[in-house]
Amino acid sequence: MPYTPDKPKLAESSDELRARIPGWGADLDPADRPSVPKEQFDPNLSGAHWEFPERQPEKWPRERSIEHRFLTPVFGTSCPPKGLSGVIRRYSYRRFSEGRAAHWLLLLAADRVDAVESTLGSFVTRRPDNPLTETGVRSELTRHGLSSRLRGNRVDRVHHLIDPVLVAAPWVLAGGAAYLLLRRALGGRHR
Amino acid sequence: MRAMVYRGPYRVRVQEKDRPVVEHPNDAIVRVTRAAVCGSDLHLYHGMMPDTRVGMTFGHEFVGVVDEVGPSVRNVKPGDRVMVPFNVYCGTCFFCARGLYSNCHNVNPNATAVGGIYGYSHTCGGYDGGQAEYVRVPFADVGPSPIPEWMDEDDAVLLTDALATGYFGAQLGDIAEGDVVVVFGAGPVGLFAAKSAWLMGAGRVIVIDHLDYRLAKAASFAHAETYNFAEYDDIVVHLKKITDHLGADVAIDAVGAEADGNLLQHVTAAKLKLQGGSPVALNWAIDSVRKGGTISVMGAYGPMFSAVKFGDAMNKGLTLRMNQCPVKRQWPRLFEHIRNGYLKPSDIVTHRIPLEHVAEAYHIFSAKLDGCIKPLIVPNAA
Ligand SMILES: NC(=O)c1ccc[n+]([C@@H]2O[C@H](COP(=O)([O-])OP(=O)(O)OC[C@H]3O[C@@H](n4cnc5c(N)ncnc54)[C@H](O)[C@@H]3O)[C@@H](O)[C@H]2O)c1
Ligand SMILES: [Zn+2]
Ligand SMILES: [Zn+2]
Repeated sequence: MPYTPDKPKLAESSDELRARIPGWGADLDPADRPSVPKEQFDPNLSGAHWEFPERQPEKWPRERSIEHRFLTPVFGTSCPPKGLSGVIRRYSYRRFSEGRAAHWLLLLAADRVDAVESTLGSFVTRRPDNPLTETGVRSELTRHGLSSRLRGNRVDRVHHLIDPVLVAAPWVLAGGAAYLLLRRALGGRHR
Repeated sequence: MRAMVYRGPYRVRVQEKDRPVVEHPNDAIVRVTRAAVCGSDLHLYHGMMPDTRVGMTFGHEFVGVVDEVGPSVRNVKPGDRVMVPFNVYCGTCFFCARGLYSNCHNVNPNATAVGGIYGYSHTCGGYDGGQAEYVRVPFADVGPSPIPEWMDEDDAVLLTDALATGYFGAQLGDIAEGDVVVVFGAGPVGLFAAKSAWLMGAGRVIVIDHLDYRLAKAASFAHAETYNFAEYDDIVVHLKKITDHLGADVAIDAVGAEADGNLLQHVTAAKLKLQGGSPVALNWAIDSVRKGGTISVMGAYGPMFSAVKFGDAMNKGLTLRMNQCPVKRQWPRLFEHIRNGYLKPSDIVTHRIPLEHVAEAYHIFSAKLDGCIKPLIVPNAA
């Protein structure tokens, strides 16, 4: 009880716990845990044989946080910025530090633009996007979709319907727009 | 090679991609034999992490065989079976030199606040990940370790993230003998954190979630006392009641950015992306831990602000500790614990899915279908 000095008594003593739970207390000494203390200075521990690593060649202008003094010696080379999303990403890195919400909001916006650009782009490739296979929605049938959701007291049920709407909305909108454009184009020819 | 590729929120597929090449003298190329999907991947999959680009290959939890090494690599050679920590790190920057491998300053040009993580958006460095046949592993002399002869590959893959993180999370709780520990989230990280709390001498371990099948695992695998928060009007009050109104000594947030339990928080964060993450579990931790207690945050949040109840954390004199896990620091001790039979990480694996069906793995793990707790991805040639 917090209203008096002593800690509430536990149901099981340390000896009982040690007997019941394999390994109980193996790391009992707080000083003898791998992440204690937080900082342990030892530059030779890691297997590295450099003080500052050699630099990886920069094959295209690599965007970087303006909080960095220079391009880090090693970096990922997945997905160079491209298209309109790439323009937004580069601007966001060039203009705003990590401390600014604008930096992250622009990057999130670029992500949405990227998804639209890439999906449209995929239709002129041999591998067009397929929302049915890419969402894995088939597993609703093969992996007990409905019964998994109905079992128990899951609180996420209330927003499960938002997911298909979020995923399907751009496709439905694009389909509708394509239909209207097509109808206008065809209509124009008849007139 | 075949690789998982992100196509936009809630959409991933497997496609042909160029095999990665050595780009730096200390790179290795690893042929992946097992990968896992992590709860963190869901934040990418749901489009919550800024600068997640279409075409990126995810996957930061993987093991494999070294296929090729750069000219300066000394500590591993082609043919070695290796486990690779999810952190990309240099070993010698200010932070690595102090053991803060997850905070390396030499591997992520895109952000200074976070280190490098395989397959985890450009915000974490823009590295392709291991849900593929091959992956580029920078600083091959620093991160990868040989998989011990006696170790099961499924245990090894969980050591590269989920187990190390759960174990690290319990350490950040500064657990003392007899402490009451409450863990929010019964996913892989929460299950391992709960199990690890006992190793550190906890007197009572409580796990909170809303998925009964995961709570059942917390009871059987982690010997925990479990409560489904959906069954209580207010889980914080319930936690007070069962701790003699004192509150827990230590709380661990193993939920992160997509926490449920408050529709407004969840929808503004996970669906509308108006905040970095939904801090429902973190706020419950703040409210349910005792004054002067400690909160360990393992759950991941986006880089933007989140609506955290900071005032109460201050008024209660709480200690908040958190980080991405510096994985390799945990390994020697965890190897011992596994050898001694204290931990059997692969007990939480529920699904083994071929790489070709990766979209279904993401869907069932994301929607929590089919009793899914931890799905492993097996590349075709493995
Ligand atoms: N710090 C690190 O180094 C690190 C490493 C790995 C994972 N993570 C993070 O840890 C978190 C958990 O990862 P995981 O793989 O276990 O994911 P997971 O999605 O499998 O587990 C999350 C669990 O939390 C439950 N949950 C949701 N809202 C809750 C609430 N309000 N209270 C209690 N439980 C709630 C869910 O039902 C689910 O079971 C993620 O945010 C992930 O990004 C961090
Ligand atoms: Zn992870
Ligand atoms: Zn470093």
